[in-house]
Amino acid sequence: MTPHPAPEVGPILGRLSLEAIPLHEPILVATFGAVAVGGLAMLALLTKFRLWGYLWNEWFTSVDHKKIGIMYMVLGLVMFLRGFADAIMMRIQQAIAFGGSEGYLNAHHYDQVFTAHGVIMIFFVAMPFVTGLMNYVVPLQIGARDVSFPFLNNFSFWMTTAGAVLVMASLFIGEFAQTGWLAYPPLSGIAYSPNVGVDYYLWSLQVAGVGTTLSGINLIVTILKLRAPGMGLMKMPIFTWTSLCTNILIVASFPVLTAVLTLLTLDRYVGTNFFTNDFGGSAMMYVNLIWIWGHPEVYILILPLFGVFSEVTSTFSGKRLFGYTSMVYATIVIMILSYLVWLHHFFTMGSGASVNSFFGITTMIISIPTGAKLFNWLFTMYRGRIRYELPMMWTVAFMLTFTVGGMTGVLLAVPPADFVLHNSLFLIAHFHNVIIGGVLFGLFAAINFWWPKAFGFKLNTFWGKVSFWCWVPGFWVAFTPLYVMGLMGVTRRMRVFDDPDLQIWFVIAAIGAVMIAAGIGAMLVQFAVSIWKREELRDESGDPWNGRTLEWATSSPPPEYNFAFTPMIHDLDAWHDMKNRHHDRPITGYRDIHMPRSTGTGVILAGISLVMGFALVWHIWWLAALSFVSLIGYAIYHTFNYDRDFHIPAARVAEVEEARSRQLDALRAAEPQAAGA
Amino acid sequence: MTTSDWAIEVPDAPHTEEVDGQPIRFYDVEEHAHPEGYSTMLGFWIYLMSDCLIFAILFATYGVLGGNYAAGPGPQDLFELPLIALNTAMLLFSSITYGFAMLSMQANRLRATQGWLAVTGLFGLAFLGIELYEFQHLIHIGAGPQRSAFLSSFFTLVGTHGLHVTFGLVWLVTLIVQLNKRGLIPANQRRVACLSMFWHFLDVVWIGVFTVVYLMGMLR
Amino acid sequence: MSGHDQTTADPGTADLSHPDLKPSGTLQATQPTGHEAGHGAHHGGQHDGHAVAELPHATMRDYVIGFVASVILTAIPFWLVMTGTFSAAATAAIITVFAVVQIVVHMIFFLHMNSKAEGGWSLSTLVFTIIVVVIMLSGSLWVMSHLHSNMMPQAHELSQIP
Repeated sequence: MTPHPAPEVGPILGRLSLEAIPLHEPILVATFGAVAVGGLAMLALLTKFRLWGYLWNEWFTSVDHKKIGIMYMVLGLVMFLRGFADAIMMRIQQAIAFGGSEGYLNAHHYDQVFTAHGVIMIFFVAMPFVTGLMNYVVPLQIGARDVSFPFLNNFSFWMTTAGAVLVMASLFIGEFAQTGWLAYPPLSGIAYSPNVGVDYYLWSLQVAGVGTTLSGINLIVTILKLRAPGMGLMKMPIFTWTSLCTNILIVASFPVLTAVLTLLTLDRYVGTNFFTNDFGGSAMMYVNLIWIWGHPEVYILILPLFGVFSEVTSTFSGKRLFGYTSMVYATIVIMILSYLVWLHHFFTMGSGASVNSFFGITTMIISIPTGAKLFNWLFTMYRGRIRYELPMMWTVAFMLTFTVGGMTGVLLAVPPADFVLHNSLFLIAHFHNVIIGGVLFGLFAAINFWWPKAFGFKLNTFWGKVSFWCWVPGFWVAFTPLYVMGLMGVTRRMRVFDDPDLQIWFVIAAIGAVMIAAGIGAMLVQFAVSIWKREELRDESGDPWNGRTLEWATSSPPPEYNFAFTPMIHDLDAWHDMKNRHHDRPITGYRDIHMPRSTGTGVILAGISLVMGFALVWHIWWLAALSFVSLIGYAIYHTFNYDRDFHIPAARVAEVEEARSRQLDALRAAEPQAAGA
Repeated sequence: MTTSDWAIEVPDAPHTEEVDGQPIRFYDVEEHAHPEGYSTMLGFWIYLMSDCLIFAILFATYGVLGGNYAAGPGPQDLFELPLIALNTAMLLFSSITYGFAMLSMQANRLRATQGWLAVTGLFGLAFLGIELYEFQHLIHIGAGPQRSAFLSSFFTLVGTHGLHVTFGLVWLVTLIVQLNKRGLIPANQRRVACLSMFWHFLDVVWIGVFTVVYLMGMLR
Repeated sequence: MSGHDQTTADPGTADLSHPDLKPSGTLQATQPTGHEAGHGAHHGGQHDGHAVAELPHATMRDYVIGFVASVILTAIPFWLVMTGTFSAAATAAIITVFAVVQIVVHMIFFLHMNSKAEGGWSLSTLVFTIIVVVIMLSGSLWVMSHLHSNMMPQAHELSQIP
C-alpha cells in the first residue's frame, strides 16, 4: 500500500476515520486479534481475582521508588518483546526478498517496522530498563528512604508509559513513521510525510521525554542530597556514580531533544521553515541538533551498565573494585567528552576537513577512558576468587563482545573510513554490537544480580544458562554477517535485494535472530520457573551473593522504608565494611518514620497527556484544547494538596524489624559458620 | 595503584574499633529526618538549568538560520527598538518588584508579599501585552513565522520566552491564592522562592534575547 | 592503606566520630538565617522531623544594586545601537560584553548565586550548564557555517554556471 493522500480534517474526529484502521494489512489484523484476546483475558483474570484495587493502591499510585523501579522494568520488558518482534520480521523479510521476491512485507509496512524497532528499543526499552534499575538501586545504595521527589517519580514513570502507549496505538490506529528512528527532514516534513506516522513519533517522544527529564532531575538531587552520613562523593558505590553521571547527561541532553522535536512539530503543524527546503530552512540543522542529543543519549544508555559491571565484577571476584578512583574519573571524562563528538554521526554531510578531523579525534579519545574501565574490570578479576554465577557470566560476555564493538567504533571514527561505511550494515553491526553487548548484556547481569533483592528469591540458574548460551552465540551469528556485508557496501534499511550472492549472509543473520529469540524465550521461562519454584530459591539473608554495597544490608525485599536506621558510612563498599567489622544491627529504639503518601495524580496527569497527544496526532483540536486545559487545571489543583506525607509509627517499624531479626537468627542457627560472614 | 587493590581479601580478625573512646557506629540511632523541602531548591535550580538548554538550542537555531531572510524582510525592516526598550523595562521592573516580594516574605508580611507579587504580575502582563502587539503587527504586515527561516526562528525563540512568562503568570496567580488560603507556611515560602528563581531566570534569558535578536539584528 | 587514600581528596568527608554528623558533610553549608519568622521554634529543631530547609536570604541592598546596575547595563547598549556611535562590529562586541556582565549581575544579586549555596552544587551545575551551552552554540555555528561554505554555491560560483 502506498500512503493515502492526507485525509480531510473533520471538526469532531479530525483526521480520524474508519480508514485509519489498517484492515488491509493481514499481519496487523492478526496481531490485533492476538493482542485483543490476550488483553481481554488478562483484564478478565484481573477482575476475577479482584486485583484492580491491589494494583491501583499498591502499584500504580505508589510513590515507593522500589515499586516504580519494578514497574519501569516491566514496561521495558513488554516493549522489548514488541521491539524484538519488529527485529525478527525485518530479518525474515531480508532473508527471503531475493531474486524478484518482494518478501512478505510491503514497503509501507517495512518502513514502519524499521522505524518502530529503533524508536521502541531506544526510548521504550533501554530507557525504561536503565531508569528502572537506577530507581530501584540508587536510593538503597546511598542509604536513603526514597528519592527526593517521590510523587514526581511516579509521574515520570506514567509519562514514559503514556509515550509507549501512544506508539503502540499507532500499530492499530493509523500508522507509524516511515522515516527511520531519528525522523530526518525533509522526509519527515509535512510535504513528504503528510500522514499521522511522524506525528505519532513526535508526540510519543515528547510525552515520554517529559518523564525522562524529570526523573533525571529527581535522581541527581537524590544522589546529591540524600546520601547516608559519611558517604562522601568518593565513598559512593560505583553504580551510584555512573547513575549520577547518566542523570546529568539526561538533564543536559533531553531538553535538546524536546527543543528540536518542537521545531519539527512547528514545521509540520504551523508551517514554519526550520528544516524545509524552501524559505531558508536547513534540514542539516535538524541532523546537527538531534545528534547533540543523540550522542549523549548513547552514554546515557551505557554508563549505568558500566556501573553494573563494576559492582558485579567486584562482588563475584571477592575483591574491592580495582582502581575505583580512576573508574570515577573515567566516567566523568566520558560524560564530558560525549558532548564533543556528535558530528561523527554525519561526517558525510560535507563539512570541511577541519571539522571532521576535530570530531574524529574527540571520538577516538573517548576510547581511552573506556579502555581504562575495561582494564580495571580485568584487574579486579585478576587474582580474585571468581564465582561464575549468571551475572558474572553476562559480564564476561560483555567484556568480549563490547570490546569488538568498541574497536569497530574506532574504525568508524576515522572520517575517510566513515565515508565508505556510512549508512552501511557495518554501522548497524557496530551499534548493535555495543548496545546489545553493552546495554542488554548489562541489563541481564543486573536483573540476575538484583532480582533476589527485589523479590526475595534467586533466579533459576539452568534456564538462565540456556538463555545465556542462546543469546551470546546468537548475537554473533546474527551480526557478523552484517559486518561482512557492510564492508561489501550493503546499505541499511533495504527491503529487497537484487544480488543473489548476498542471500546466504541474510539467511545466517536470520538464524542468529532465531537463536536470540530462543534466548528471550528461555529468559521468560527462567522468570516463570523461578516464580513457580520460589520457595526452593528463597533467600532469607538479604545478601545472597556476599554483596558489598548497602542494598544488601536490608531484607529481601526491603521494607517500604528501606532502613529502620540510616546507615553511617566509614568506607567504600559500606556493607562489606560493616560485615568485616562485625557491626551490630540495632534492635531497639525505633522511631516514627516519615514517608511520602501515595497519589493517583501521576496516573491522571499522564492519562490526560496521552489523550492530548492522541488528539494532536489526529488534529482533533477541541479535544487537544480540552485536555490541555484539564492538564494545567489538574496540575494546579494538585498543588493545593499540602497533605503529602505520613509517619510509619515506631510500633509498626518494630514489628517489621523484629520479624527480620527472627529471620536472621534462624539463619544463624542453621549455619553457624556463615554467621558474621 | 596501591598493592591491596590486587589482593584477595581475607576477613579481618574480629575487632571493634573505637573512635574518641566510643565504639564505632554503623547506624544513626539518633537520626533526624531530612527537613521538609530539603531538596526542593536544588531540584528546581537543576530544572532551570535544563530549561536553559532549551533556550540554548533556540538561540543556536536563530544563530544559524537567523540570516536566511528568503528574500523577505530582515530585522532592520521589522524591529522597533523603543518598543523593545519599553518591554525590557517592564521585565526589569518586575524583577525588582519580585525582589520586594521576597523581602516582604522574609519579614513575614503576608499582605505586602501578595501585593508585590500582584505588582510583579502586572508588569509581566504589560510585557506580554507589548510582545503580543509586536507579534500581531508583524503577522499583519506579512512577516509571520512562515515567511522565512529567520522569522520562524525569531518567533520561536521570542515566543518560547513569552510562553514561559505566561506560565509564570499562571503560577503567580495560583500562588497568591495559596498564600491567601494558607499564609506564609514553609511550603508556600518555598514556592515563592522557586517562582522567584524562575522569574529572574526569565529575565536572564531576556538579556540574551534583546542583545542577540534585537540589538545585534539592528546592526546587520 | 588502600581505599583510604581518597579521604584527603574528598571535601565531602566529615569527621565521622562526631555524633552530630550531618549527611555528606558538604550539604549543610547553607547559612542559618533566622528569617523564618513564625518558625523560630525550630531553632536547633533538627530532631523533631518537621524542621524546614533554609531558603536563600536576600537583602534590600542586593536588589537595589542589582536593579541599578541592570538599568545602566541595559540602557548603554540600547543607546549605542540607537545612536550608532561606533561601527557595527565594535558595537556588537561592546553590547556582548555588557550582556555577559548583566547576566553575572542578575546571577549574583537576583538569583543569589554564590559558591556556598546548596553546598556548592548550584554553582557547579551552573558552570556545567554554561560549558554545555557554549559547546552547543559554538559547535552548531561552526559546523553549520562550514557546511554552508562547502556545500552551498557561493556568489562567484553561481555566476560561472552557464
